[in-house]
Amino acid sequence: MNVAATVPPPNSVKRSPFGTKLLLSEDHPLCPGCGHPVALRVILEVLEELSLVGRSVGIFGHGCSAMMIGQMDVDLNLSLHGRAPATATGVKRMLPDRAVFTMQGDGDMVSEGLAEVLHTAARSEKITCFLLNNGVFGDTGGHMTAASVIGQRTKTDLTGRKAEEHGYPIPISKLVASLDGVSYVARASVHNAAGITQAKRFVRKAFEHQMQRTGFSLVEILTMCPTGWVSKTADGPAYMMETLGQQMGLGELKDSLAAG
Amino acid sequence: MARIFCDGSEAMARAAIASGLRFFAGYPMAPSSDLLEQLTGKLPRAGGVCVAAETEIEGVNMALGAAMTGNRAATGSTGQGVALMQETISECALHETPLVVFTVGRMQQDYFQSTRGGGWGDARTICMAPKDVPEAFELTQRVFHLADKYRMPAILLTDGMLARTQVSVDLTPLELEALPPKDWAVDGTGTGTGRSKTHWTWNEGKVNNPGPGPQKHWSNLAEKYAHVAQVEPRWEAIHTDDAEVLIVAFGTAAKFVEYVVGEMREEGHKVGLFRPITLWPFPEEALERAAATAKVVGVFELNAGQMIDDVKISVPNRRLVRAIGGISTDRSGLSIGDLLDAPVVRARIETLMTGVNA
Repeated sequence: MNVAATVPPPNSVKRSPFGTKLLLSEDHPLCPGCGHPVALRVILEVLEELSLVGRSVGIFGHGCSAMMIGQMDVDLNLSLHGRAPATATGVKRMLPDRAVFTMQGDGDMVSEGLAEVLHTAARSEKITCFLLNNGVFGDTGGHMTAASVIGQRTKTDLTGRKAEEHGYPIPISKLVASLDGVSYVARASVHNAAGITQAKRFVRKAFEHQMQRTGFSLVEILTMCPTGWVSKTADGPAYMMETLGQQMGLGELKDSLAAG
Repeated sequence: MARIFCDGSEAMARAAIASGLRFFAGYPMAPSSDLLEQLTGKLPRAGGVCVAAETEIEGVNMALGAAMTGNRAATGSTGQGVALMQETISECALHETPLVVFTVGRMQQDYFQSTRGGGWGDARTICMAPKDVPEAFELTQRVFHLADKYRMPAILLTDGMLARTQVSVDLTPLELEALPPKDWAVDGTGTGTGRSKTHWTWNEGKVNNPGPGPQKHWSNLAEKYAHVAQVEPRWEAIHTDDAEVLIVAFGTAAKFVEYVVGEMREEGHKVGLFRPITLWPFPEEALERAAATAKVVGVFELNAGQMIDDVKISVPNRRLVRAIGGISTDRSGLSIGDLLDAPVVRARIETLMTGVNA
């Protein structure tokens, strides 16, 4: 998408009617039926509701979510593939009073950046990582990631992921939740209104954990990728819940504040 | 300020802190580990943060994040470790992040890495190479200054010998020109104001406040590099005015050549030394002038021939250029070898002279 060709004059802020002033445009450059814009909107709404405007920094990984960085009124960096938690660590250590979050796809976090997210969690960095998980490299056209679930269609195997051929997916949220120093981990989905409401509740709790400095927080949000899954747009939510949703389950995996 | 007896690692750490270093992330590898140890102790006491990163890749990306907020930040390793950081270093060049990198090399095998890099795109990195510990104290301050001044990565290239040699060092800081406030810093205060920033190598900005985009942004960077190449070369020229035999050397190796050239001058030999202090930008024009009277140009570097490319680009007649250095290491491959010895250096220069006189 050519952003420059369609923009209003500099500094004239055209706010989106969709709930949050942190969205600068009601358009998005992603595919029809994509779940990412919904998840991003939820996160931006929470930033605003928790009064984190004017003191929040986002570090975006490489993937489809990065295509929206121009549409968000958020101070951010587009980091190298997989490295967002490390870059966010540097930001947070310099600015401990800011809300610092990463926005990563599963290719970015679970394939390329597994070391970064695990070590950042183990160091108990007071940041929040968001994983927008659709089980594919959506940006490249739907290739298999380390998070693609068994049976899921990808461009790398159109008949569905087979364990004997491709191994097993890495359950990143479960892995992170098992580490000391991790304060909050949850998995949500944006396949329907109830899912979106739940996702928003989890996102809010994650930021609350961060601002109370209780430890590292991670929210995994399952998002539709009908293009990458080679499914019809309207079938996206159902296909997601049959594959990713069913095999991984939704809910909170760790909440140190509730346990305490 | 007091004079103290310290090694190169401590001198670099002290100079970095005197320069206002706020963040360092490193991963141990000989011979750069001493610098990490120095900063682990000293930086927190000075109010900064020092992180023992899990990999060099994480360390450099943490430093990127810290530098992005407008704080002075650095990382460091030896050549192999800095090899892992290449993608991020070029990224910092391309999104104009003033990251400082300490490369404590093994011999001088990281000249290509430090001056060309192994990252991507039209990225350039300032690189300075001190000849000894006191100069390392000075140039550490200069790399932080230049990184901020031009918003680009800057490398201080040293070696294990410099890092571990103890000498007396004057800790009086340099007086450097004041720099403008970092209004480009990405610190979260822009979020929700309509003036938020996107820190990205494409520099596309926001829909309400577009940036120049890749074509214009990368062209602007090229102009910046051309300017830096014009105004920032530094060098030292010793006895070059009438030198018939010109030796080009950098870093620790140049310190040895300087001694030998001084000795031979006293005996009446028309020998000179040209020492680039900035390896990028390479002082091409200054070397061209210094080589005006030379009948032969010997390049003494402790590698298989890396800086010699820049020397050939610079001198009026590249056919006069000879390599007189070479690989020089011990059994471990980590330390200095037999070449770094004044009589050996002298013998190589004398052989070069024999060719000239014949």
